[in-house]
Amino acid sequence: MQKMQPMPAQNQFMTSYMETKGGEMMPVLSYIQAVTKALQEEMERDEKVFVLGEDVGVRGGVFRATDGLYQQFGESRVIDTPLAESAIAGVGIGAAMYGMRPVAEMQFADFILPAVNQIISEAAKMRYRSNNDWTCPITIRAPYGGGVHGALYHSQSIEAIFANQPGLKIVMPSSPYDVKGLLKAAIRDNDPVLFLEHKRAYRSIKEEVPDTDYTLPIGKADVKREGSDITVITYGLCVQWAIKAAENLAAEGIDVHILDLRTIYPLDQEAIKQAASKTGKVLLITEDNKEGSIIGEVAAIISEHCLFDLDAPIKRLAGPDVPSMPYAPPLEKEFMINQDKIEAAMRDLAEF
Amino acid sequence: MSGNRHQSLGLSNEDVIEMYRVMLLARRIDERMWLLNRSGKIPFVVSCQGQEAQQVAASFALNRSEDYAAPYYRDVGVVLSFGMTAKDLMLQAYAKADDPNSGGRQMPGHFGQKKNRMLSGSSPVTTQVPHAVGIGLAAKMENKSIVSFVTLGEGSSNQGDFHEGLNFAAVQKLPVITMVENNQYAISVPLNKQVACKNISDRAIGYGMPGITVDGNDPLAVYEAVKQAADRARNGEGPTLIEAVSYRLTPHSSDDDDRSYRNREEVEEAKEKDGLLSFKTYLQEQQVLTDERLEQMEQEIKEEINQATDYAENAAYASPESIYDFVYGN
Repeated sequence: MQKMQPMPAQNQFMTSYMETKGGEMMPVLSYIQAVTKALQEEMERDEKVFVLGEDVGVRGGVFRATDGLYQQFGESRVIDTPLAESAIAGVGIGAAMYGMRPVAEMQFADFILPAVNQIISEAAKMRYRSNNDWTCPITIRAPYGGGVHGALYHSQSIEAIFANQPGLKIVMPSSPYDVKGLLKAAIRDNDPVLFLEHKRAYRSIKEEVPDTDYTLPIGKADVKREGSDITVITYGLCVQWAIKAAENLAAEGIDVHILDLRTIYPLDQEAIKQAASKTGKVLLITEDNKEGSIIGEVAAIISEHCLFDLDAPIKRLAGPDVPSMPYAPPLEKEFMINQDKIEAAMRDLAEF
Repeated sequence: MSGNRHQSLGLSNEDVIEMYRVMLLARRIDERMWLLNRSGKIPFVVSCQGQEAQQVAASFALNRSEDYAAPYYRDVGVVLSFGMTAKDLMLQAYAKADDPNSGGRQMPGHFGQKKNRMLSGSSPVTTQVPHAVGIGLAAKMENKSIVSFVTLGEGSSNQGDFHEGLNFAAVQKLPVITMVENNQYAISVPLNKQVACKNISDRAIGYGMPGITVDGNDPLAVYEAVKQAADRARNGEGPTLIEAVSYRLTPHSSDDDDRSYRNREEVEEAKEKDGLLSFKTYLQEQQVLTDERLEQMEQEIKEEINQATDYAENAAYASPESIYDFVYGN
């Protein structure tokens, strides 16, 4: 079963505007509107760019990420595929080898598993195994993450499965501005990019996003808040909660430095070392199950390079090591990271 | 075989002689590789023997300067037809830096060469089927008259990617020809333990495309089937599934011993039906190929393989530092 989310769909393109300090009108986009905008701009810019996936066409995607694209670009560039994830990835890979720029959508990240062989054995290794003869410039988008009453199979963080596959890049943006710049960069990238979008961020996170054509660098982390007492390193929706928690703690005199990984594979090791060394107290946060998650690798990088700069043990805040997020609200809440949990972990570390 | 079948298919005498030459070259390269393997020169061989006739005939039915091929690991006949050379194949057998397939990174039989439009392949079987469908999709989107040709073994037709790929191609009416090279064995497991259907081509009806079974030992029949499929593809009539039935004359690979799962009588009987032999007989009966020309051909091929072997043996390996190259483009 492919569960659809209840959503206020009709307002997708009713962009609101916010006046900037300079008096210019800057559009405010939700996280998912930024996805749509990036796709639309790239499809207008380059006719080799096309979208394929389940329900992406007439319906505009079950989350409405491709809303309006079918009407603008037609069924040959916004392709409703059969319900078969390995083909969505594999056909995209073949088209990318030809020279197209496919953007394949996995309806939920949980359903990417039938395509793992195509992504890991094929896309990730194409350039390397052919000694740079063939390339595979595909972007694979997938909504991940919980807190949306999605239960075990509509809530998972699946990035760790792919995060030791050299040849593949994994981008997990935290904000609408980053979504637009990073998705455009992913589509233009000459290597396969797994682009993971937090589905709870889709409509809950909004910010000003310029109408201009801009990209953000894949492989670079981003300092979201400068601070001097403790360092938080995280990615995706947790960045938003961390920023809010940091604002609360500022009132208590705790100054939090926040590094958003943005690209979680390969990691921006320099930025991680700098951020960890800056305060000497590091909190790593992920919504994924704790053991084997991305932040374990971040901890290893810090341990290898920054041991003598540390003033406290590296702390990890993560989902519990249970198979996945249950449906019942108290159980889902127990699994999910939230602002309160982050704030408490930050305070503990600051007081260490 | 009787009558002048090749001319009725539009093939000249020189065409069929060239087809035979490429089949023979594939066979002799493969035989040489076994010798090199058994003498400790190269670590691994995976063979084309018994399937050269269908591989070359199918390729010759395509436009080999525009169409794409997604070959599988036994397709020496396909890759030679699409432009790879004996030297290229020896370079991959020896895993040398100038191997055009992978620069010595992949095992032998993992073909790929962009300049000749042969997709790079991997070891998990059948992953190439969706790739070929992707080529077909791109061709359709770009309004190109390209056919995408993909091959696999009959065992691989059980994989999900076979089903997903063929279904996708049929729904989108893509110019894709899938040729299953049914050689009766998936390593040790015989056909009757792989599938319960009579023919692999029976599966086509489930996808809504034509399914044809041809005698893989009859290259002219294979040529005709692939030609018709290519015409359909170029006319926008969609994909075709072709099953070419032959027999794997060697063990699965140089690491296999087929005496443990099939008897010698069966293999000897299959050798008598070898498409390479029957095509030679046909060409001789038609007086297209004389004994002199045949002898000359064998000599030239032997010389070509000798030179290719010497070249590859003396060629350089990739430097250890090059292991770090080409993980990403930028």
